[in-house]
Amino acid sequence: MAKMKGAIVVDLEKCKGCEVCRVACPNDVIAMTNEVNHKGYHYAYQEHQDACVGCANCAVVCPDGVITVYKVKLSD
Amino acid sequence: MDIKDIIKPENLVYQKTSLMTDKPLSYCPGCGHGTAHRILMEVIEEMGIQSETIGVAPVGCSVLAYDFMNVDMVGASHGRAPAVATGIKRCWPEKFVYTYQGDGDLAAIGTAETIHAANRGENITIIFINNGIYGMTGGQMAPTTLPGMKTSTSPYGRDLKSMGNPLKMTELLAQLPGTCYVTRQSVHSPRNVRRAKKAIRAAFESQKENKGLSLVEIVSNCNSGWKMEPVASNEWMVDNMFPFYPLGDIKVDGKLVNNQ
Amino acid sequence: MKELRLMKGNEAVAEGAIRAGADGYFGYPITPQSEVMEYLMAEQPEKRTGMVVLQAESEVAAINMVYGAASTGKKVMTSSSSPGMSLMQEGISYLAGAELPCLLLNVARGGPGLGTIQPSQADYFQSVKGGGHGDYNLIVLAPSSVQEMFDFAFLGFDLAFKYRNPVLMLSDGLIGQMMEKVELCEQLPRTTHFDRSWTLTGKPDGQERNIVTSLDLDASMQEIHNLHLQEKYRQCKEAEVRYELFDTEDADYLFVAYGSSARICQKAIKIGRSEGIKIGLLRPITLWPFPAKPLAELASRMKGILSVEQSAGQMVEDVRLSVGSGVHIEHYGRMGGMIPTPEQVLENLKKLLIAK
Repeated sequence: MAKMKGAIVVDLEKCKGCEVCRVACPNDVIAMTNEVNHKGYHYAYQEHQDACVGCANCAVVCPDGVITVYKVKLSD
Repeated sequence: MDIKDIIKPENLVYQKTSLMTDKPLSYCPGCGHGTAHRILMEVIEEMGIQSETIGVAPVGCSVLAYDFMNVDMVGASHGRAPAVATGIKRCWPEKFVYTYQGDGDLAAIGTAETIHAANRGENITIIFINNGIYGMTGGQMAPTTLPGMKTSTSPYGRDLKSMGNPLKMTELLAQLPGTCYVTRQSVHSPRNVRRAKKAIRAAFESQKENKGLSLVEIVSNCNSGWKMEPVASNEWMVDNMFPFYPLGDIKVDGKLVNNQ
Repeated sequence: MKELRLMKGNEAVAEGAIRAGADGYFGYPITPQSEVMEYLMAEQPEKRTGMVVLQAESEVAAINMVYGAASTGKKVMTSSSSPGMSLMQEGISYLAGAELPCLLLNVARGGPGLGTIQPSQADYFQSVKGGGHGDYNLIVLAPSSVQEMFDFAFLGFDLAFKYRNPVLMLSDGLIGQMMEKVELCEQLPRTTHFDRSWTLTGKPDGQERNIVTSLDLDASMQEIHNLHLQEKYRQCKEAEVRYELFDTEDADYLFVAYGSSARICQKAIKIGRSEGIKIGLLRPITLWPFPAKPLAELASRMKGILSVEQSAGQMVEDVRLSVGSGVHIEHYGRMGGMIPTPEQVLENLKKLLIAK
């Protein structure tokens, strides 16, 4: 089976740091930053670069729709 | 492979639909309203009916829904969305008309309008957000507040004797011959979001076929009103709301499911 | 050839709405106006013109159905009587705030409360001073004949769309229930013009979506909206004042009366003139905008003015505001559904104005 590798982009100024994406991620890819955005929220980011499979669970469940997901099929 | 090589247009899997505007949502962090808005707009996008859709946003937390949903919309007074939608649909039977109502709106002040629109079998879709509380006004008791649940107007918990029972509007509406598709969903987990979206799609498909009123209840959180953190509020919802408001289809194609 | 028909006022307005090309009627039964919806249901205008007629579950629902349909640019109306109009006030305020055109009809009855089912004009304040919450005005037409019940359906829709504002026909149980000869005009085509600058018809590709609302949480923006509304009302005041004069050329005394009271006053004028008392009548056709200027001009030549209304004295306040001091102004009226006779009106003119 081909291995999937994904990546997420968080609109960090619109993220409200609710962490719903963090618990929805099957591979614990997402963590919250220590710094805050302009609204004062600790926003989500992709902590583990290699673990994301691009399942989009985080984006699907994000109440603010701030996550964009990309995915590639690795050839090996 | 570097992450920068993945983030390319050709590798895009998921992004916010253009039917949601770029305006930051006015909802609290973690509130299910945003998710419900988005999947509703995704359905309209996927059905290709943006130019044929008119939405109705009455009073509640979602009073500004028209700022976020990129379709023609009208703001209605508290509770009257089904009547407003009726006026639109009767004059434009070929358009898709939906209301987006909270529990105070649908199950308290707008009970009459909701029941009668359903009983007439108006070909509209109602999206009903049930979080058991009045969010916008600061966490007062709603008709759907659970027994014993604390709110700002039931500070010692909802006392059924003096405050009445939680109203299961969705089950009640399913009894009416005018409703075609009635279901209860949630948007707290990816799996539930996908199911809720399928339900909204089914509701709009049913409207397309003029089968009568379709209703999708979404049991949702109100972490601010419940005074919890977002993730904890979703867990509380699973443990406390779902036993009282069980998820699943209640009526499909005009027929009650199981022993409803 | 003229099409003449003997009709009730309530039937005439219903036929007028159909012929004016209305798209929809939403209503709830209440005496003394139920014939409006009964007539429409019997006529089946959906077959004649495609007009929709729906009996709502309440006046509250009916006015909100009007609100919804009006937001899409459709030509729609509702009708009720006093207690039902009170229920509709919230929706009417929303319609005015969102600048939606529609036609409203109040076949007024005696109040307060459940009151009576007999004619009354005690809803004047509610009609011309706003009625619901916020700074707004309705354009208020006062028919005084069955013919005008028919004609004002046309005029009402025209004004509603011209100003994007609700138009209220303030009638009463007498005009609604009585039968008169009506000259009917031709059916207008039901061709609503959809102005995409504000109507909701579904967001076209490549165009901005439309939002119809009366809400703006930014107070400074809400004030700008209010200023816009006030400017619209000012323009309306300048252009839309309508009234009728009877026997005012040589008059010493003036009746001011609208609707059914104006009919009674016309008879009182005849009797008074046969006794040598020169009386005239100014009948406001638009109660808002009120014919303040023509009234003020007439007033300067009068020995006294009697405002005649079936109320405790509501319009008389506008008469006094229009005329100012210097002319003797009195009110005469009966209440609770009682209708004054022409003799009573004349007697009170003598007592309140001539004897003093």
